[in-house]
Amino acid sequence: MTTQVTTPNEVLPPPTERYTILGWLHKNLFSDWFNSILSIIAGAFVFVIVRGLLRWLFVTAQWAAINDNISLYMKGQYPGAEDWRLWLLIYLAVLLTGLMWGVFMRRTSAITWVLMMMPLILGGWVFALGKPSWWLVALLDIVGIAGYLLAKRFPQTSKRLTVTLLLLYMPLVILVIRGFGETGFLPRVGTNLWGGLLLSLLLAIIGIVFSFPIGVLLALGRQSKMPALKTLSIIYIEVIRGVPLITLLFMGQVMLPFFLPAGLTIDRVIRAVVAIIMFAAAYMAENVRGGLQSIPQGQFEAADAIGLSGMQKMVHIILPQALRTVIPVLVGQFIGLFKDTSLVALVGLLDLLGIARGILANPSYIGRQLEVFAFIALIYWIFSYAMSYAARRLEISLGVGER
Amino acid sequence: MSEPIIICRDVHKWYGQFHALRGISMEVKKGEVIVIFGPSGSGKSTFIRTINRLEEHQKGTIIVDGIELTHDVRNIAAIRKEVGMVFQQFNLFPHLTVMQNITLGPIQVRKWKKEKAEEIAMQLLERVGIPEQAFKYPGQLSGGQQQRVAIARAMAMQPKIMLFDEPTSALDPEMIKEVLDVMTGLAQSGITMIVVIHEMGFARAVADRMVFFDQGMIVESGTPEDVFHNPQEDRTKLFLSQILQH
Repeated sequence: MTTQVTTPNEVLPPPTERYTILGWLHKNLFSDWFNSILSIIAGAFVFVIVRGLLRWLFVTAQWAAINDNISLYMKGQYPGAEDWRLWLLIYLAVLLTGLMWGVFMRRTSAITWVLMMMPLILGGWVFALGKPSWWLVALLDIVGIAGYLLAKRFPQTSKRLTVTLLLLYMPLVILVIRGFGETGFLPRVGTNLWGGLLLSLLLAIIGIVFSFPIGVLLALGRQSKMPALKTLSIIYIEVIRGVPLITLLFMGQVMLPFFLPAGLTIDRVIRAVVAIIMFAAAYMAENVRGGLQSIPQGQFEAADAIGLSGMQKMVHIILPQALRTVIPVLVGQFIGLFKDTSLVALVGLLDLLGIARGILANPSYIGRQLEVFAFIALIYWIFSYAMSYAARRLEISLGVGER
Repeated sequence: MSEPIIICRDVHKWYGQFHALRGISMEVKKGEVIVIFGPSGSGKSTFIRTINRLEEHQKGTIIVDGIELTHDVRNIAAIRKEVGMVFQQFNLFPHLTVMQNITLGPIQVRKWKKEKAEEIAMQLLERVGIPEQAFKYPGQLSGGQQQRVAIARAMAMQPKIMLFDEPTSALDPEMIKEVLDVMTGLAQSGITMIVVIHEMGFARAVADRMVFFDQGMIVESGTPEDVFHNPQEDRTKLFLSQILQH
């Protein structure tokens, strides 16, 4: 009996599978009589649903409730004369995205992503301002790609620029959208005029940006060896997690004014934002703690052994690994947070859902609930999916699960 | 080879009720290579981990390079600067490249410029024989290569003392030699080393002194010559016969 040995030089290629459409159908849908019946039933079911959906979309539905109010959905009562401020911020955001992509992502194929995602998001925003001037969108795309190429061309300078812009962006957004002073340059636009998608996005982004570091600190506090810090963190986390977000929002809107001295009022949007941040931070803390606990003891010991201080150990060794492992959970939470901002509609703020309810209250749009809610659902979906997609790209780029 | 660089006097350590170290006293001279061996659970690892305070001793005195190990964080930090450690499970930082693993300590703790740290890291990688792996991640290397990176990482801090905690126990047999070769090179360079290991060939070749641990105590110590050919204690004889006979 002889054994045939394959030497490394003659490694065989894997067999290629060739499919025809009929072959594919046979293999996957009609492999035996039972599968065939299931396929036919399922096919009929899909057909009926899709037909109904298409008929509703193109025949039954009346889109006036959306067409007439598109600018309200997107930015509420924000004055049209100040639209340029929003455009400025969008341009900056796109430039920043391009820069970040160039600086932090290693794989060049990402450029395809930029090309693909940007018109999508921007399409929404052009809509947004109710002025579909396509050259503005084209220019946006060019700015994004320019940022990307800039980052590839001058990595060092761009890195500094990107980090600075990132840190400055949030304060800048608030400053520019809100403005200051009664007249003159950037007159103030009161928060009562902020609304629609603009308000939803602001609530979500501010909520994410601030709850994230607070959550990390709370997680570290809960893991801390200092008893006071540890107890305080645990009490905070457990109390907040035991309360629904809507309760916090109501407390902020309705009860808080009773406790403030007469004459002192806090802006309603700020009260809502603070409630969202407080709520999200507690959940964030628990997710981050899960990541911290997944780090093997050996990592702590190795960091100690080379002489890193407690702070250096956290910043360079533990947190990067812990946060990387919890990216999927955190993104899930960010998406949840974005959708949860719709609760502010219940305390009277005019976010996307609040505006939708307002429009439906208008007698001329009676009975148009389905159209209006389908439309805002689509907007929520686009942004949620974009977040989830970006997170998957980030995971691939960071090599989660590979090393 | 005169003044002691590590002095341990009557070191005790308990885990709950379990008495892990029962009065270890030992002096290590500058440049000495010490091999610690003994059955598992005898306190070997615990003992070397007390030297850089990965484990806290509860009684006795440990003085490293003239600094006493106390609760004072500054003392601990000062000692860790001078003591490098290599672990059984390598414990490389998986999210950093080989180069970043090695330069992190020098840049953060010794406050060297990045260029200087990388230059020295490259020299160390040459010394352990894997300069071409500098920009890979630990997960892309074999066990033997990872352990050599771990040695380079510890050496990058330019420590006066190196501790090895069973550095070859997690390795495939064919990779043990490449790590032992690196360690032999280090031993000959004159650095002070304490090595917990079961590779008796290595011990015989490089150890100045061998120390036999059992049940949290030092049972016997002496030159490899004495320990291998003329062990005094029955416990040592029994242990040696068991590990040398297969």
